[in-house]
Amino acid sequence: MLYFIRIYTLLALLALFNTQSFGSEVNVYSARQEALIKPLLDEFTKKTNIKVNLVTGKGDALLTRLVNEGRNSPADVLLTVDAGRLHRAQESDVLQPIKDERINGLIPKNLRSIDNMWFGLSIRARVIMFASDRVNESELESYESLSDEKWKGRICIRSSSNIYNQSLVAGMIAQNGLEKTEAWLQKFTDNFARKPTGGDRDQIKSVAAGECDIAVSNSYYLGHMLNSSDLKQRAAAEQVTLFWPNQKDRGTHINISGAGVTKHSKNIENAKTLIAFLANDESQRWYADKNNEFPIRDNVEVSPTLDAWGPFIADQMNVSQLGKFNADAIKAMDRAGWK
Amino acid sequence: MEITLNNPKPFKSKREKPYWLFTLFASTFLIAAPVLFILSHLFMPFSDSWAHLFDTVLSDYIFNSIALMLGVGIGTLMLGVGAAWLTAMCEFPGRKFFAWAFLLPLAMPAYIIAYTYTGILDFAGPVQSTLREVFNWAYGDYYFPNVRSLGGAICMLTLVLYPYVYMLVRLALSEQSTAILEASRILGKTSWQSLFSVALPMARPAIVAGITLALMETLADYGTVEFFGVSTFTTGIFRTWYGLGDLQTAAQLCSFLLLFVFFLIILEKKSRNKLRFHQNKSVKKLSKINLTKGRAATAVFFAGSLVAVGFFIPAIQLLFWTLDYWKNVWDADFINLLFNSFFLAATSASVCALMAIFLAYSKREFKNKAAHTSAGIAGIGYAVPGTVIAIGVLIPAAWLDNHLDYLSTLYLDMPIGLLFSGSMVILVFAYLVRFLSISLNTMDSGLSAIKPGLDESARSLGASKKNVLTKIHIPILKTSVLTAFLLVFVEVMKELPTTLILRPFNFNTLAVKTYELASDERLLDAALPALCIVMISLIPILFVSKSIVIDKAKHE
Repeated sequence: MLYFIRIYTLLALLALFNTQSFGSEVNVYSARQEALIKPLLDEFTKKTNIKVNLVTGKGDALLTRLVNEGRNSPADVLLTVDAGRLHRAQESDVLQPIKDERINGLIPKNLRSIDNMWFGLSIRARVIMFASDRVNESELESYESLSDEKWKGRICIRSSSNIYNQSLVAGMIAQNGLEKTEAWLQKFTDNFARKPTGGDRDQIKSVAAGECDIAVSNSYYLGHMLNSSDLKQRAAAEQVTLFWPNQKDRGTHINISGAGVTKHSKNIENAKTLIAFLANDESQRWYADKNNEFPIRDNVEVSPTLDAWGPFIADQMNVSQLGKFNADAIKAMDRAGWK
Repeated sequence: MEITLNNPKPFKSKREKPYWLFTLFASTFLIAAPVLFILSHLFMPFSDSWAHLFDTVLSDYIFNSIALMLGVGIGTLMLGVGAAWLTAMCEFPGRKFFAWAFLLPLAMPAYIIAYTYTGILDFAGPVQSTLREVFNWAYGDYYFPNVRSLGGAICMLTLVLYPYVYMLVRLALSEQSTAILEASRILGKTSWQSLFSVALPMARPAIVAGITLALMETLADYGTVEFFGVSTFTTGIFRTWYGLGDLQTAAQLCSFLLLFVFFLIILEKKSRNKLRFHQNKSVKKLSKINLTKGRAATAVFFAGSLVAVGFFIPAIQLLFWTLDYWKNVWDADFINLLFNSFFLAATSASVCALMAIFLAYSKREFKNKAAHTSAGIAGIGYAVPGTVIAIGVLIPAAWLDNHLDYLSTLYLDMPIGLLFSGSMVILVFAYLVRFLSISLNTMDSGLSAIKPGLDESARSLGASKKNVLTKIHIPILKTSVLTAFLLVFVEVMKELPTTLILRPFNFNTLAVKTYELASDERLLDAALPALCIVMISLIPILFVSKSIVIDKAKHE
């Protein structure tokens, strides 16, 4: 017993301290969870021989860590799953501008920051889903029209604590102005079928179950459910239909997952190579197949699930606006009583 | 007189141990530093966010938190005391089994039991589906309570937290003097009356201590309430931080939460001080109340359903999901998760146990108030949400690291980079801050069995210091140290946010994996890592509960 304790203590001491030395490597702080990034990173290492070290966590926690570690931070790349956090990172002065023809050629202009501080790597669309037996597609039009009284008690949407809802409202504030958005929020929240609860999948399930007629959800959740190994989820998903809102005006609200190179990166070249890798056709296809997110370029072939939903017009507003108006959006939602 | 001559300095003055005292103050300061850092935000300016919070959501946060505390407080009181009384004072079929089975829910993290019951009870879950099939109902034809609600959160937290009350009250009840209870019965009170008028009032310090633990856990809970969409003070802290991007206001909110917790703790201490019952340890075992048929059946039913609902139903559901979906999650890295979780929990638990031994002995050694207060302060982290501890550790550590690096570059021309940040040291330290109070409480109560007079008598009878340690202290404290270790082990296995924020590169644990899958709304896939957490936590709990039962058996 004592012998084991001694060995254990020795091992523990060895493992406890920072013994990492990072040579030809690249260190990633990722808000995208491990299962949805590690396989790509492994592929990257196989192709380039650059080792990737990964920490995942919540965007803001990683950002706090990055800010406080300052110039000694080991992180080279910050990866987030929404534009708001990238914007916040830029505001906190922890990213650096990257001029790289390769990357600029791969990533459309509206999906990167104006000064090339960060780059979009996949598109996530927030859409309307409806029960086709109770809602006629012609009744639907835009997010804005969801404030109409005919939807009273028929809409399911998750909590305003959720970043996707915050971005949706931030986008509206950016384009329709705060006043108009506040008025819309008042009426929209009146139309809720129930107190916001659960995640996006739960909203879809509630439409299938009949608790509400319309749900607002990210499209990839429906994709997951359609391809789920759980028969009940698949059955629920097949009962709802996807609708692309705002096709006649500004386009469907989109957000991005994206990445930036940190200001104090010690492996800038590797970091750039990684970002270019994540933007290439192969990685883009992987995102589409694995997580049903939309590629950042139209020319990338997508999965049958995404294909079936058809092409859509996406909001062309620069996604950095979403970050800019995030706090305003939350305050407005609080005032409207959106829990 | 002779004794004094044999032993020239028998009662060494406490002031002669400056190194010990210094180490005590230094280490408690270090442990309290993260909490002090958070509290220091109270002295910073209050931003506009406060006006917004006041106008909109703050009253909600406060109301929900208080409702949650009241609910969990009452729930754990009834279940915990009921369970303790049944197993300590009554005799009914299966009593010995339930005595340890009541502890099983300790292995269930609150967020996992919440995920599981949501899966079982929501609209598409097995319960409602069956109801619909049997009665041919459709949506809206019937009422079914929503799990994802304040009431649901109260139930989930009560189910996993009542063992704290149970554990402490059972111990208190079984140590109560038989004489008083028998006197009460002889004087004509029924056994029920004796329970309410004698036994429970005497166990009040234990009850209050247990409920305080449960309430501190409740206030620190984030996973359950967030998942259920109940906006409490704790979720408000994160909403302010993540959503409004205002870490300072978030820290200020948290400071107020902390002040409230201090208030709770002081209240608890006060209620304990007033109620220090001096009992003679019972030599004779109190004869248990034999429950007759109907009552025995009720007791078995109560105990059985509590254990089923708190542990077996969710555990079996997790097992079924695991059998169906493990392939989605299982890969070569999974073994690593097991190892990492185990390693982290074992290391943190050892560090906490060692620190607890040190602090408990210090409290015993120094009678002055400063030493006691300082040991008390070291235990404050328990009520602080893990994320807040993580931030309280992260920011000062990064500051320290950067300054050390600056100094070392300047004077030694040797940049050292970040020494602590992003290392396991910082993670283990954070757990020390968060969970020390658990191990400290255990050690304190263990050590209180060795009255200082015992040492003195032993020494005066010629025993060497070493003898006192090996012949008296170690045998008596063995169980306490083990219990302290195991309780922290279980907590660290279950803990999530601290690991998530502070972990080094390429270091993943079971809790993190569970959380990542659940937050991606893949509850069924999360079953495998969740079940692993429960199973691993179960081992120490079985051990602890067994040692409790065996101790009892020896007494009897």
